[in-house]
Amino acid sequence: MTDSGTTAFLPALGRALPAIGEGLLVTLEATALGAALALLVAFALGLAARSRSRTVRGAVRVTVEFLRGTSLYVQLFWLFFALPMLGFRLEPMACGVLALGLNYGAYGAEVVRGAVAAVPAAQTEAAVALGMGPGLRLRRIVLPQAYVLMLPPFKNLLVQLLKSTPLLSLVTVADLTFRIDQLRSATGGTAAAYLLLLLVYFGVAVLLGAAMNALERRAKARLGVTGGSA
Amino acid sequence: MPTDTVPEAPRARAPEKVRFEGVTKRFGDHTVLDGLDLTVAPGERVTLIGPSGSGKTTILRLLMTLERVTDGVVHLDGEPFSHMPAGPGGKLVPADERHLGPRRRRIGMVFQQFNLFPHMSVLANVVEAPRHVLGLDADEAAARARELLALVGLAGKADAHPTRLSGGQQQRVAIARALAMRPDLLLLDEVTSALDPELVAEVLDVLRDVADGTDITLLCVTHEMGFARDVSDRLLMFDRGRVLEAGTPDELLDAPEHERTRSFLRSLR
Repeated sequence: MTDSGTTAFLPALGRALPAIGEGLLVTLEATALGAALALLVAFALGLAARSRSRTVRGAVRVTVEFLRGTSLYVQLFWLFFALPMLGFRLEPMACGVLALGLNYGAYGAEVVRGAVAAVPAAQTEAAVALGMGPGLRLRRIVLPQAYVLMLPPFKNLLVQLLKSTPLLSLVTVADLTFRIDQLRSATGGTAAAYLLLLLVYFGVAVLLGAAMNALERRAKARLGVTGGSA
Repeated sequence: MPTDTVPEAPRARAPEKVRFEGVTKRFGDHTVLDGLDLTVAPGERVTLIGPSGSGKTTILRLLMTLERVTDGVVHLDGEPFSHMPAGPGGKLVPADERHLGPRRRRIGMVFQQFNLFPHMSVLANVVEAPRHVLGLDADEAAARARELLALVGLAGKADAHPTRLSGGQQQRVAIARALAMRPDLLLLDEVTSALDPELVAEVLDVLRDVADGTDITLLCVTHEMGFARDVSDRLLMFDRGRVLEAGTPDELLDAPEHERTRSFLRSLR
């Protein structure tokens, strides 16, 4: 069984390549859209976490803790299976992007909040002394410096987000995992198919990490800081 | 109409640039300033001296609104600054950003640790506020910045990164950056204290030029008594949150009345 599966695997892989390529594109799409939404959520919640209003801070706290404290898997299933019962039906891909964006956005919110808090107060004071208002101070002085601090943790979150996308195959999104799983059941080449799956995710993760490292090096160079993490 | 509903009018053209009216500042249980009354005339150069922890820097930080007063009111140009009139009675309440924003622009501040923006070139540091706060166009703001960098002797460093400069050079950029907003009141908070001794003179020389060449009001906190003597109209000796004594530089430095002033001055040598 295993032998016949393995011998039949390569020709079947050849035939399945276009479908696998499509699956990879879907995975990349889910990663990109999920990360974009997560970035929006992270900045919205992360900046609101520094609000003067206790009510706003409290609401942010509860939202972030809820999104981080409930499993991405359950969130996704809730969006896909439970939400339609309340009369809202979303496309599988939309469910996936929403779940990834909210979940990773909540983790990102902590990154944004922490990075903004890590910019020295003296920088804000210098901006106040130049007559800059709160919006200008945040946009021109604090965020550009916080951005450099955000990049390494954002890199980790982005790779984790990529690695979470196989969950989407459970709600019928035809991503990379879904396509290779089809190949596996068609050929019985379980070891080979899953090895291939590991390697493709690893390759994409390495490329994403390299892109983030390049961003970080550029940001540090602008700050006049030499060196950087590899 | 009952008189108590008339909003308090700003005292027009009052001969005061700054007035602290019964200002108290406490951090927790620690009282840094205790009911301070202090008036600075337009164009006057006042230097605050005294042991560390005596509240001198707090005065500058309250004036720049980096801290809020615990009690009392800070006035700028004859109208409330730390507070604003609100409601039908014109009762003073702590000022909001809208009240503070335009008034802060009249005040410049230079800090002990320079606080240059590390994500910008030297030129961009000086251009930033005129461009984005005053709304000058890019060319005009850059021209103004280059003029000021020349004034502080750093015309050739416009494109350099701040961290590549010596402390003295960084502080001169910070002076240019503050002056670019054309403030009529400049606060100098121990601007040479973080510098290596051989770099102090270049910063003080620039400040002497500024003092001599303009009618800007100066409020300094410094331990450089030579500089204080050269530029000041009045020296205030602070001790434990209060003004212990005040006078011209000659009076205070050469013939101090209080033993605490004498011992403080001796400690500087």
